[in-house]
Amino acid sequence: MNAAGIIFSNLHDQRITELTRQRTMASIPFACRYRLIDFALSNMVNSDITNINVIAHYNYHSLMDHIGTGKNWDLARRTGGIKILPPYITAYANHDNALYSTRLEALKSVIFSISHIQEELIVLSDCDVICNIDISKLIKYHIDSSADITMVVKSVNLSSYIDENHIIVKSNNKKEITDIITYPVDISGPQDISLNIWVIRKDLLITMVNDALAHGYVSFHRDIIGKNIGKLRMQVYNHNEYSAVISSFNNYYATSMSLLSNPDIRRSLFEIADRPIFTKVRNSAPTKYVGSPLITDSLIADGCVIEGTVDNSILFRGVKVGQGATVKNSILFQDTVISNNAYLNCVVTDKNVVIREGVVLSAHQTMPIHIEKNKMI
Amino acid sequence: MIKKKECVAMLLAGGQGSRLYTLTEKTAKPAVPFGGKYRIIDFPLSNCINSRIDTVGVLTQYQPLGLNEYIGNGEPWDLDRVYGGVRVLPPYQAQKSASWYKGTANAIYQNINFIDRYDPDYVLILSGDHIYKMDYNAMLQYHKEKNAACTIAVLEVPLSEASRFGIMNTNADNSVYEFEEKPKNPKSTKASMGIYIFNKKTLFDYLIADEKDPKSSNDFGKNIIPAMLNSGEKLFAYSFNGYWKDVGTIQSLWEANMDLLGKNPKFNLYDRSWRIYFRNNPLPPHFIGKSGTVSNSIVTEGCEIFGAVADSVLFNSVKIGEGAVVKDSIIFPGSVIEPGANVEYSIVDSNSVISAGVHIGAPKENADGITVIGSNLKITNNMKIPIAAMVNENALSNFI
Repeated sequence: MNAAGIIFSNLHDQRITELTRQRTMASIPFACRYRLIDFALSNMVNSDITNINVIAHYNYHSLMDHIGTGKNWDLARRTGGIKILPPYITAYANHDNALYSTRLEALKSVIFSISHIQEELIVLSDCDVICNIDISKLIKYHIDSSADITMVVKSVNLSSYIDENHIIVKSNNKKEITDIITYPVDISGPQDISLNIWVIRKDLLITMVNDALAHGYVSFHRDIIGKNIGKLRMQVYNHNEYSAVISSFNNYYATSMSLLSNPDIRRSLFEIADRPIFTKVRNSAPTKYVGSPLITDSLIADGCVIEGTVDNSILFRGVKVGQGATVKNSILFQDTVISNNAYLNCVVTDKNVVIREGVVLSAHQTMPIHIEKNKMI
Repeated sequence: MIKKKECVAMLLAGGQGSRLYTLTEKTAKPAVPFGGKYRIIDFPLSNCINSRIDTVGVLTQYQPLGLNEYIGNGEPWDLDRVYGGVRVLPPYQAQKSASWYKGTANAIYQNINFIDRYDPDYVLILSGDHIYKMDYNAMLQYHKEKNAACTIAVLEVPLSEASRFGIMNTNADNSVYEFEEKPKNPKSTKASMGIYIFNKKTLFDYLIADEKDPKSSNDFGKNIIPAMLNSGEKLFAYSFNGYWKDVGTIQSLWEANMDLLGKNPKFNLYDRSWRIYFRNNPLPPHFIGKSGTVSNSIVTEGCEIFGAVADSVLFNSVKIGEGAVVKDSIIFPGSVIEPGANVEYSIVDSNSVISAGVHIGAPKENADGITVIGSNLKITNNMKIPIAAMVNENALSNFI
């Protein structure tokens, strides 16, 4: 595939501060054993894109730990493979000591690396979108429609109040972009929203970023896409299989829970032939059920030992649920320990959380609570 | 230039495992699935890397394709080393001769060149059909302390069972004075585990001498060890106290799987200081639906459970339909137990389908053996599968 990938690991971190305090958007855990970046990486690898740059910004230790050499995605390669691009700051030129805060600034900071990419096309992707998309079809569409830029969108029925984080894309009947609404206010009804995946020619991307640099532009959508409507050939590509954009903590919780209630979502993410979602291998033993615990409607990773009741919940690797404990409507990250007779309802526990014996924590589905990493309750 | 290694491990993985019947029809015994997500060979390989032995030759012969693919470059076990690592060693054609591995000793003899490349002081001989966790490095220290020519790992077995094993008769200092293969009247209860550490030079001398003897069956237990004892070499027994199971029969394979269950299992897979590594599949977590129940069982990635699972081991991507019952059984990867089917005291090999309403096996108390369903079979309602039957593709038509 004559395309390289660029993944933005930190954009949108501020939308979900509960989970990004000690990690990037890219390394937010999802669905028992994955991190959000696994979807972007696997989508690219499954379409033979094997030269991938991940732009990192801050607190990217968890991301580096997750990616390692890239071998779990078959990206440990002599040619191409995966590269993490931390902020490029030279000691003498860093007057304002500023790291980037927008996509465009992120691209500026790594323009040197981008200019070394040999591939003709570049697929850009964020980490806040959860989908299993055939990128080779997207690229074929991009080439067939002789587009300069192709943007992946999803048709949704927007309810006016909740979706302020979405970017709305308007297009005509030839699928040409006619308008971009970056800060939608009070828009509802059927709309196309951006899935934050694009295809663009490498030389065009470099020209645009340099041009933006010269003009002091900061917003990719507003200043690059928006200003070029009618000048460049910009197409939308509809991905109408399942996808979710994580826009808040509540939305993260709801998206996770939908995996339990809707088997079709699980199938469209994880059970498409030849398009598996890869992740870091942890070598957990299988999960062991001791005695006769009551387990219903739950997704459970390997390495767990379960003696208590689990209902409508998501358990990551290495979780322990003690005797007489009850876990309902909850998401338990890696190595959470629920001691005997504890009771959890609508709780998201971060890594290594310990809930002591008999503790009761109960919230509501519309307002789940988050327990920080390494905390003991 | 190849750096010197202190100890090279040679893993005998060529056995056919004929007593596993249909399970080893298309697979070498070391590649037989075990414990939800492992293969038998993961145990010796993980023991090697956990014991800091990073050079392992795997001797293959019978049905090597699956095993070769599984081992690959050794990356899952951290055995993809620049110097050393894991190497698959099939029999090969040399200038003067080409021959299959005639016996365990001959297999090592044919790979003397491989061992010599690393110029080791010691050679560790392992077999690929046992489930156990063992620190080979501790055994090597013992071997060095005793200044032995050969050290043999032994396990205390009940006297009543000793006649099933190769028995080491030892002096008070654990030196071996006699080896008896399956003795009628055992004098000791120290059973050989088939794990040996040799001084390289001594081993090579005996292998070369053994090869010249046309009457020899080229076997470590039958020939090499007795020859060394006859010549007065120093052989020591190294006592091992942990869990160890030969999974060479359907019954023992079933038992070893069941030994993983329970709060305090006989064999613990959850010890993070001694992880067992394996080749991973990119599969989603398992899902247990509203109608599903799981008790005292092991379940792994890709499974979907809508029926009742009790006292069983499920491998990856097993589907249990609504109303189906799986009890006292082992279900290998990708098999489907359709709604209302009933599987008791059975082993179902990979990618088979037990159709809706079919009953396989019988309650453990009433069955006189384990029912085994081979791989890639579809068992339908018109088939009568007798209890304790071994069902493979060829036998399938007999049951209609």
